[in-house]
Amino acid sequence: MRKNKPAREKERQTATRNRRELIEARLSRRALMKLGLLTSGGYLIAKNGLSARASGGDPQSPPTRPFIEPLPIVPVKQPVAGLTPDPTVAPNKAAGEARTRNHQALARFPPRKLYEVHQRAGLVSMSPDLPLQHIWGFDGITPGPTYIARYGEPILIRNFNDLPADNGGFGLNEVSTHQHNGHTPSESDGFPCDFFGPGRFYDQHYPNMLAGFDSTHPPNGDPNEALSTLWYHDHRVDFTSQNVYKGLAGTYLLFNDRDTGDETTGFRLPSGQFDVPLMVSDKVFDENGQLFFDLFNLDGILGDKFLVNGKIQPFFEVHPRRYRLRLLDGGPSRFYQFFLTDLNSPDTPLPFWQISNDGNLLPKPIQVTSVRISVAERADIIIDFSQFAGRSIVLENRLEQTDGRGPTGNLLPAGRGDRVLRFDAVLPPVADNSLHPAAITKFYDLPALEPPRVVRRFRFERNNGQWAINGKFFDCNDVRFRVQKNSAEHWVLQNNSGGWQHPIHVHFEEFQIVSRNGRPPQAVERSRKDVVRLGFNEEITVFSRFRDFVGPYPQHCHNTVHEDHAMMLRWDIEEIGDQRTEP
Amino acid sequence: MARIARRQCLEMFRSGRLGTRASAAAAGQAALPSPRDAIRARYFPNVVLRTHENRPVRFYDDLIRDKVVILNFMYARCDGVCPSITANLVKVQTLLGNRIGRSIFMYSITLKPEQDKPGALAEYAAMHNVGPGWLFLTGDAADVELLRRKLGFVNPDPALDADSAEHIGNIRYGDERRQLWGACPALATASWIVESLGWLDGGSKGL
Repeated sequence: MRKNKPAREKERQTATRNRRELIEARLSRRALMKLGLLTSGGYLIAKNGLSARASGGDPQSPPTRPFIEPLPIVPVKQPVAGLTPDPTVAPNKAAGEARTRNHQALARFPPRKLYEVHQRAGLVSMSPDLPLQHIWGFDGITPGPTYIARYGEPILIRNFNDLPADNGGFGLNEVSTHQHNGHTPSESDGFPCDFFGPGRFYDQHYPNMLAGFDSTHPPNGDPNEALSTLWYHDHRVDFTSQNVYKGLAGTYLLFNDRDTGDETTGFRLPSGQFDVPLMVSDKVFDENGQLFFDLFNLDGILGDKFLVNGKIQPFFEVHPRRYRLRLLDGGPSRFYQFFLTDLNSPDTPLPFWQISNDGNLLPKPIQVTSVRISVAERADIIIDFSQFAGRSIVLENRLEQTDGRGPTGNLLPAGRGDRVLRFDAVLPPVADNSLHPAAITKFYDLPALEPPRVVRRFRFERNNGQWAINGKFFDCNDVRFRVQKNSAEHWVLQNNSGGWQHPIHVHFEEFQIVSRNGRPPQAVERSRKDVVRLGFNEEITVFSRFRDFVGPYPQHCHNTVHEDHAMMLRWDIEEIGDQRTEP
Repeated sequence: MARIARRQCLEMFRSGRLGTRASAAAAGQAALPSPRDAIRARYFPNVVLRTHENRPVRFYDDLIRDKVVILNFMYARCDGVCPSITANLVKVQTLLGNRIGRSIFMYSITLKPEQDKPGALAEYAAMHNVGPGWLFLTGDAADVELLRRKLGFVNPDPALDADSAEHIGNIRYGDERRQLWGACPALATASWIVESLGWLDGGSKGL
């Protein structure tokens, strides 16, 4: 177990407080210089007690004012009438397609909507107190455009790599876009080794079919396997952390005839402008105010600025009614525990409703006072702002984390955490046709578990700083085990890395936690998931099915710095699987 | 602390006088170091090292600048992870053939410069059948420690960091001209390490 030295903890808390006081005191430049806290170049002097990472040599971001810009609402991606040349089952290499394997299901699920997206460089503002930032984004923006898709409506995205050769300091202009975590055929999943360089394209076919359509629940799949909040991000092997930090990520929403996207029908969840994805990421900026990525970090990268939908600490003006907010931890390495805080009365717990885990609606809404998410985890929540009419409420991360190893386990006092987003309930009252979450008695049933065909064990380890699974390192060409198509397995995930925590992600089908340290899952962990937080010395058993498609997929730590340093393995779905128990 | 009017403060922020150079950058002033220079300044101190052939070299100017490199840390008397790492990197060198020393450069820096003088490193290289073009490096202890920290071969747990047997067993690879820097376990298969280096030549993989 990791020990947290009280002195260091105190130093960190002092640093956080000092920085906040400096920003909130609204001191003039001259006053700051007088106090010896500002350089002539206009930057806060980095000294112990000011830097959150005082013991290291990492840069500390210049000060920025919180809550001065509105929350960006990311544009919805619009389809195109046609693609030239037409999509083909076999890779169209002559036209410049980089895909290497045939589409498994293009003929069976012909796309009803076609999209064209270009990954390219962009220049964006993350705060008016910082220079414009050079990013890479889908369509040149970050987050990339939001896809709104429906079950039973297959789509195809032609994904162009228009990234420049000059990376501006970090990032590699080769890409493989992972759809996290659709029931997607391998060749469209964004496998880390399916990357391609600039000047080429890759057709990604998303059938938007429920798991089981070709196996346990023909012909339309198991409705209880529906997903709602997905995201997409670059997954280029060894360079994912750099490329995602640089901006290559966006949101993908899936609706169906129950979770309809219309609050007057189905589950009647808040919809339209009242249904808002919130991609949270932390970043750090150098002494010139430029986005900084620590190229030589093996542990995990923490930022001292918190961005939501691409802006540092925005505000969001809301109507006094219910909203569905889709929280995503966009990484690279931080774990969060979000609370709602009224800064005028920080110790008053403010309950809200969690309705999904990793984008999968829970059996029914659960009232909570916080949600905890690690990298790539999602949580859809419902907040009723009518109770806060005229007030401002802060989305506050109170989970303390001081380095890439994971959170310390301490909760910061209410009002002393990281203020990520401020809701201002200042807009006029409007109709609310959504149901009160307490009145929703059921979303989906958890799919029944069946005996596993094989139980496999995975030790997540660190040997001389080398991240490993079962003592081995990732290699694109090494198929560590073969899963039998349309079978079920138990995977036992063990954290033997001593003092480190890992958000473990399994591509393809959602799993269910069978046990965490020998005990059945509680509350919001009684759900389908695709990322699980594996804490110090924990052992988690998950159940998963592998239906309908074949091909390679990875399992990996989603601390993107760990995954880039080989904490990943490849497994393939094939007609006949193997029995390797410690692959 | 001094109290300044909110409006006054906001004006200062807007004008870029407090805390940022937003307006300067927006106006196109090119005062910033290039990304390549920023990386050099942050990670590559130009300290003088000595090769196992007893030749003085400057770390950035002679070893990093304009080159594709593989870097790791080791020490000659390490009986833990080092021998297998060195043996693995010998395989890498064999696979890369005469590209080593011409278009790709391999460097192993000792963690124990007091013990590992050039002669000891030359002996170590010979014992492991290391071919030409792969340099073992030693130097002033403070310089080597500076390099280790700058290059991130550091354990966040100070107790583990102080224990040489626990030293970081990764290799860094990179192309200095293109600002591409990655890392992988030094005990990854030699073929995988070579494939990783191949990425620096551009192109795509695909299964």
